[in-house]
Amino acid sequence: MEILVCARRVPDTSENEIALNSAGNDIERDELVYSINEPDNYAVEEALQIVTRVGGNVTVATVGGEDDEEILRREMAMGANHGVLITDEAFNGSDARGIATILKAFVQKGNYDLILTGVQAENGGAQVGGMLAALLDYPFASLVNSIEVIDGKKLKISREIEGGNKEMSEIDLPCVLSIQTGINEPRYVGMKGIRQVASIPIPTYGATELALDASTVGAAAAKVTRVDYFVPALGKGAEMLEGTREENIEKLLELVAAKGGLK
Amino acid sequence: MPRIFVYIAHKNGVADDSAAELLAAAKKIDAAASPTAIVTGSGPDLDAVCSTLRASYGEVWKVAHEAFAYPNAELIRKALVKIVPAGSIVLVAHEHFGIDLGPGLSIKLNAAFVSDVLAIDGIDGTDLKVVRQEFGGQVSAHVRCDISSGAVITVRPGAFKPTDSGALGGTVVDKSSEVGTISAGRRYLQTVVAEAGDVDITKHNVLVSIGRGIQEKDNVSIAQDLADALGAAVSCSRPVVDAKWLEKSRQVGSSGKTVKPKVYLACGISGAFQHLAGIKGNPFIIAINKNPKAPIFQVADVGVVDDILEFLPEFTNKVHEMRTVAAK
Repeated sequence: MEILVCARRVPDTSENEIALNSAGNDIERDELVYSINEPDNYAVEEALQIVTRVGGNVTVATVGGEDDEEILRREMAMGANHGVLITDEAFNGSDARGIATILKAFVQKGNYDLILTGVQAENGGAQVGGMLAALLDYPFASLVNSIEVIDGKKLKISREIEGGNKEMSEIDLPCVLSIQTGINEPRYVGMKGIRQVASIPIPTYGATELALDASTVGAAAAKVTRVDYFVPALGKGAEMLEGTREENIEKLLELVAAKGGLK
Repeated sequence: MPRIFVYIAHKNGVADDSAAELLAAAKKIDAAASPTAIVTGSGPDLDAVCSTLRASYGEVWKVAHEAFAYPNAELIRKALVKIVPAGSIVLVAHEHFGIDLGPGLSIKLNAAFVSDVLAIDGIDGTDLKVVRQEFGGQVSAHVRCDISSGAVITVRPGAFKPTDSGALGGTVVDKSSEVGTISAGRRYLQTVVAEAGDVDITKHNVLVSIGRGIQEKDNVSIAQDLADALGAAVSCSRPVVDAKWLEKSRQVGSSGKTVKPKVYLACGISGAFQHLAGIKGNPFIIAINKNPKAPIFQVADVGVVDDILEFLPEFTNKVHEMRTVAAK
């Protein structure tokens, strides 16, 4: 099975406290730690496990710039066969539809049976996978938390729905699936593994190679634009305990008891 | 103004809570709008839902098809593309169905798409101004969406307060015949209900709930010690289950359990909306997190900025100490 995973490099929210910059219109980007978008990493692991079971290749592609190569190498160190950087100044400022349009052009250059994305990235959009599927006229499922290959023509999948219940479906190949975190346990990647793939050339694709009409991508084509970031004025918010740790613990204990929480 | 449509999910003949919230969101786009509800399904359940919605919507489009007995986003998308006029705004709840439907629907309607909208600031020319959150709710963003060729917008559950629309006595319009033949590359098989775990967190008055801040599996015992001391149970947020440190049955949130404790100790939990959606009954929320900007502090009653790995063991000792004193 030929599998493409669409991945992104994002500020790592487990490593960073996201705050506004001094101008108050963007997040503070100095010293942000970046890593692969967590759900995308689960998607790559799932692709690798499928290939281990049924054979095939895993390609990881990202739309971005030079800095984004690091996540491609990281995923290659995990075992992905190929990394591809899709990059062009004309792509800057694309909205989700623009990114999906770029990915569609890339997909059509290859011969993929299965395309995976992470369920969402740091902006919580959960949108590129579904758009890509619709542009390709492929079936789509979001929030996928298990995949079983039935044969070369279809998969049995489950989606995570309310209450932790699973919605089981059969889906025809080729298709696009957005992968939910927790579907597997992504393997560890050490520095040694990354060094081993450090010198493998990473092919790049731009608007020309993809025969993309510049008017369908980039800032000019974007219908959806983020104007700025802000932190909303809090409602009441929590009463913050500012004492020593011991004082805070005593206060909490009193509160827990008062609220009927100690039996 | 574009015409506004609202897709209403339903179950067992009852419209989803989002029916009233989506109506409120539509009114934020255009206070004068008379949004049209679209309901897909089959059989008497569908009629029951349509009939109920007449009270709050001036027009209810009923779309019956035997293939709609279970909501399949691909099939429903194909039906909507046939019946929704070009240039319309379509609102859908941002839950598992909306996430499945929305992005692809926007492509097929050639409309703009914005997901998980929390607030609508109105219209400026051909732009709709909305508010979203990014980075798990740590920051919000103003977003402009060009609606000149329509828009599909998924709306965060709970973000819009339903308003009293009075008894409209709307009409039900049967659009079923416009759907025609449809088929999908994805076919529903069955729903597998989540397994019950060793501990039923929905039955506890006090929950010691842990998030990513617990850092590793071996540290879960720190929370368990406190829970034991308090007579509470340990629950958690999604990352703890993803990492396989606790079973799925311990997860609080929209994709986990809905809990109604009296006291909820959120320990090292950032407070993503999917997690908060699982906390009901207005419990007293205590948040302990080393990130002072964690969104959980916006909804907690009391907050402490501290490292749970140090704080919780001392908390546990204090509970034991207090109980020893009380026993004397």
